Amino acid sequence: MGEVKTEKKGLGGMAGGFITTSLNAMIGWGRKYSLFQYPFITACCGMEYMSVACAHYDLDRFGMGWTRFSPRQADMLLVVGTITHKEAPVLKTVYDQMTEPKWVVAFGACAVSGGIYDNYAVVQGIDNIIPVDVYIPGCPPRPETVLDALIKLQKKVQKEGHEWRFSKKK
Amino acid sequence: MAIQQEKVVQDLKERFVEKIKEVSAHFGDDTVVIERDSLLDIIKFLKAEPYDFAMLLDLTCVDYMGQPDRFEMVYHLFSLSKNLRLRIKTRLPGKDPSVESLTPVWKNANWLEREAYDMFGVRFNGHPYLKRLFMYDGFEGHPLRKNYPLRRRQPIIRMRKQDDI
Ligand code: SF4
Repeated sequence: MGEVKTEKKGLGGMAGGFITTSLNAMIGWGRKYSLFQYPFITACCGMEYMSVACAHYDLDRFGMGWTRFSPRQADMLLVVGTITHKEAPVLKTVYDQMTEPKWVVAFGACAVSGGIYDNYAVVQGIDNIIPVDVYIPGCPPRPETVLDALIKLQKKVQKEGHEWRFSKKK
Repeated sequence: MAIQQEKVVQDLKERFVEKIKEVSAHFGDDTVVIERDSLLDIIKFLKAEPYDFAMLLDLTCVDYMGQPDRFEMVYHLFSLSKNLRLRIKTRLPGKDPSVESLTPVWKNANWLEREAYDMFGVRFNGHPYLKRLFMYDGFEGHPLRKNYPLRRRQPIIRMRKQDDI
């Protein structure tokens, strides 16, 4: 007689799956609409950032309007502009000071790849220093491009899983 | 009383006969090429009355690699009261690129000369604090010299993509 082994842990397979998925969705939903941003602005792209953040394009509609000028309170690091080798340690420190969860956006060609400055002074892309979630091309990018990229980031935040909360630490 | 632009150059030529190497005019702007040892004298002469060149607009350097007098210092002067402009140039040998500092005459020469030192390695005698202005401590060489390698990068912190730098 073949006996079917069923796992009887907690709420059982189906229900547990349902609860974690719903919890994931809920945490993701909460996070993606309360992205506090830390703008790390160094160059001309800053103008475009201002127009995105202010009334014309209004980032606040998407729940990321609140600017925190302390890395400790921020979720999203916006690197806007050219990063030189002299400045690289500062950017790294700011990133390290941010608490998890944190996301990084490379805003503009300079932050993505060094842009037109392929020379002795400029870091060729901030992903040389810190990990990046979304790259926004353009010199400078149109505000619509920025909104598109940030909505993509929201989708990414929404999809992040939280299984690690329930599994044992290895 | 207005002083004509030509008068300034004329007076310079008369006063510092053997120190003036070349005079040229381009689009109404006069350029005077001088010997480097007479720089401070000529500048002080121009800053005094009646010319009153009270303002040093800019000070910069050009690298003519391969020529015997490799570096060329360029000084842009402006007289606010007489509305005159003058450009002074002087050549420095590549072996010993040093020239008198203008910090005793104009305070803003301090940072401008530090920039020229940082980018070209020109030494300014008598400068109070000749230290790099833009590049960081530990940076080797002078990046705007023509023989600075095009691809040489000197990052302070480790780059994650090592072959990229
Ligand atoms: S990408 Fe263009 S606009 Fe943006 S910081 Fe670089 S040079 Fe300026």
